[in-house]
Parts: sequence; structure tokens; C-alpha cells
Amino acid sequence: MIDRPSGPLPIDAPVPGSSFTDLLESIGAAPAISVPEGASIPSAPEGTTVLALRYEGGVVMAGDRRATEGHLVAHRRIRKVFPADKYSAVAIAGTAGLAIDMVRLFQVELEHYEKIEGVRLSLEGKASFLARLVRSQLPMAFQGLVVVPLFAGFDERDDEGKVYTFDVVGGRYEEIEFGSTGSGSRLARSYLRTVYEQGLSGEEAAAFAVRALVSAAVEDTATGGPDLRRGILPNVVRIDQDGVEELSDSVIGPIAETAVETIR
Amino acid sequence: MSIPFYVAPEQLVRDKAEFARKGIARGRSIVAVDYRDGVLLLAENPSTALHKVSEVYDRIAFAGVGKYNEFETLRKAGVRQADLMGYLYSRDDVTAMGLATAFAQTLGMIFTRDPKPFETEILLAELSEDGSEHRLFRVTYDGTLFDERSFVAIGGKAEELTEALGELWSEGMSLEEALEAGAEAFRRAEGRESEGWEAAVLDQANGRRTFRRLEPGEIPTP
Repeated sequence: MIDRPSGPLPIDAPVPGSSFTDLLESIGAAPAISVPEGASIPSAPEGTTVLALRYEGGVVMAGDRRATEGHLVAHRRIRKVFPADKYSAVAIAGTAGLAIDMVRLFQVELEHYEKIEGVRLSLEGKASFLARLVRSQLPMAFQGLVVVPLFAGFDERDDEGKVYTFDVVGGRYEEIEFGSTGSGSRLARSYLRTVYEQGLSGEEAAAFAVRALVSAAVEDTATGGPDLRRGILPNVVRIDQDGVEELSDSVIGPIAETAVETIR
Repeated sequence: MSIPFYVAPEQLVRDKAEFARKGIARGRSIVAVDYRDGVLLLAENPSTALHKVSEVYDRIAFAGVGKYNEFETLRKAGVRQADLMGYLYSRDDVTAMGLATAFAQTLGMIFTRDPKPFETEILLAELSEDGSEHRLFRVTYDGTLFDERSFVAIGGKAEELTEALGELWSEGMSLEEALEAGAEAFRRAEGRESEGWEAAVLDQANGRRTFRRLEPGEIPTP
């Protein structure tokens, strides 16, 4: 039973600290779902390939736009890369419905902490919290509903971009060059491994990110390449000392065209 | 067993009100002023660490005078309420009106129920969607809710500040003019120079989260 927020503020209630997720739990509205033993799960749309790579002074994150359900394309224009707060972004792979809800909770959590405490969480703190959210999904993962995010942001203390990958049990790993998750992630990583070098510029990093997605889309049917005829382009965000910037279609369009021509 | 003395309700309320008013009068005041692009909140605050003005939600700011721990408790409860509403329903469902009512109910309940009332007064400002007629709410220590327009003041010198702003405020002021008017209102009300400013704005230009603290360089030094 959820205590709906209405009437006088519950200032006498035990205070759950600065975490919004704990606050949700304290009123019984946390998104923890349990599935009865042996129940079969209906198939749900899955998001596929997302990646992030570091460059000099920041980090670029990109994701394709396809969600699949079995062998079918469930959505052609789904969004898998989201700004999390001013200096970080999160991308998702796995069961789309659960993942998007996780992102929404993560976004509110970061803003809530910032407002309550008056300062932003450190980048490492944000990554740790996301790991906790992934772990809370573990019972669902046993049922086949897996959510694996990718996290990237600009570390205001170290003055550099950072990339964190996760595994299904909530393990958190900092990547020194690039990270990728989803069905086409191995293909994307192989591409990035051949082209990546230290000291890339933001523009080069964005171009490599899109090419890696195209490269994954060539061999992985679950990854959607740029569909220039329909105007479906990957989502790309760039994060540097000025914060998260979402690249517009007019910027991504030419990059995607070149990528489609370059990748064989 | 001792029997408590009978105290007439009128006497009780009067004593509590006087106590709360005295507590609030000891602290420094805050004003909120409409300007061309949004709402300015200006507080006299020598501390740079303890904030009196802060963000509650996308278009809503909070300011409190009186006892710090008491308005801080209220502020945090307000942020929790706002974030819960926005998460469970939609970001559009969080309004200053709803929050102000909740603050009023809370303060009213504490005033009548608790032996010691909160020695605090709070202010909520909300940026309107179309950029005109922003909403300003003031909630007093006993939970009385006031709906104000154009400018509002809270704290010990609220009356003097309101009077001064009545002369100094004009429609369509720039941020600099609004800061100047606010500072001048304080000068007139207090009869001295400020010991330090804390200022923040709700401004459409800041994106979804319209709240922004002004840097020390943006505020005129006394």
C-alpha cells in the first residue's frame, strides 16, 4: 500500500536520509517486482547496442535506436541514451521497460540528492548507486529479464571523462578507454579496439562511436544501423567540463552518412 | 497526581504567537521580486555555507527565515514531497500551490499541537509557464497562507520591506534593477548596509531546472 503524498508533510516520520530510492521504499513504492517461482515471463522488447568512449577532456556516449522482441523489431526509434544529470549520462541495454524505469529512478535520485544535500554526488558515487539499482533487479535477471546499463560522465574532481560498465549482478568496472553493452557490443568493441588511441578530439570520438554502431549493425541483426531514408539516426551525447550536450540530428546526420559509406 | 493549570486557549495561542514572532524577528529577512525574465530571491545572509534560499523543483524555489534547523526540516520535507509527486505522477503535477498548502497544514498543525511552535516563516516562488504573473506564497509560523503578486517579504522586517518595495518595484525590471531595488529596500528597512547577500533566480533561460544561484560577482556589493 502506497502512502500517497498528500496532506501535511510527514516531518515526524523516520527520515530516510538523502536517497530518493530509500524514500520510495519507506512508503512502499519501490519498483521491486518479484515473479512467482516457475512463472513464465512474456517476451518484452529488448534494447541492444550502446557504447561510450573517452577522449581528451570528456566522453562520448552513443546508442542505436532499435528494440527487438524475439526476431522482430519492436521499436525503430527507441531512445537508449539519457542524460542523468548535468555531468553524466546513462545508456541501457536489456529489457527496455525495466531499464527505462531504472533510468527514470536514477535521474530523480541524482537530482534529489543534489537538492537535499546541496552538492552533487561524485561521479564514482553516482556509478555506485547505479550498481545498487542493477543489483536490485537480480531476482528479475534470474527470470530472464536482464538490465545492464552503461554509465559515463565528466569527473569534476579529476577533470576528465570516465566510463563505467556493469554486469548483471551489479558489478561495476571503470573502463580506461571505452565500454559497450548489449547484443552488438562485442562487434562495437572490436571496431573501437582497432581505431582507438589516446588524445582523441570530441569530433573524432563522436565519429568513431557512430562507426562502431554501424559496424555492429552490419553483423548483429538486433542492432539498428542509421536509417537515412527514414531519418532514424543514433543518439549521441558528449560530456565535458560544460556538461552534457546532446548532438542534434543535423550534426549526427553527416557523421552517420560517412560511417555508412566507410564501414564495409 | 498533579493537575495541570487551566490556561485559556486565547492566552495559549497569544503566548505561542508572541514567542514565534520574537524568534523570527531576531533573524534576517528575505525578499522575492518579479523581474523581466523570472523571479529573484534575495536574502541577507553573511554565511556562504548555510543557505536560506534553495531549489525545490523545476520551477519552484524555497526560502526560509527564523530558526535554521526548523526551516531546513521543512525544506527537506518539501523536496521529498515534490520529488515523490513528480516521480509517481508527472513533473507537471508538482505545483507551488500544492506544496504551499502542505507547508501551511504542517506549520498549522505544529503550532496548535506542539508545546513550542516553529519560529520560522517560509516563502515559495513559482515561475509561471508563460513568463508573467509568477506565483509567490508566504506561510507564517501559525500556518496562515498568503498568496502574493509581484513581490513579497518574510522575516522580522517584512512590513518595512514590503512598504519599501511598493515604492521601488516596477513591472519589467531587469535582473540588475531588481537586485538594486531589493538591496535598497533592505537599506531602508534596516537602516544599515547589508552584511552579505545570498541571491538566486528562477529563470526560464536555465532550462528545465530554472533555479540558479547568483555568483558573488553578480550581486552588487554594499
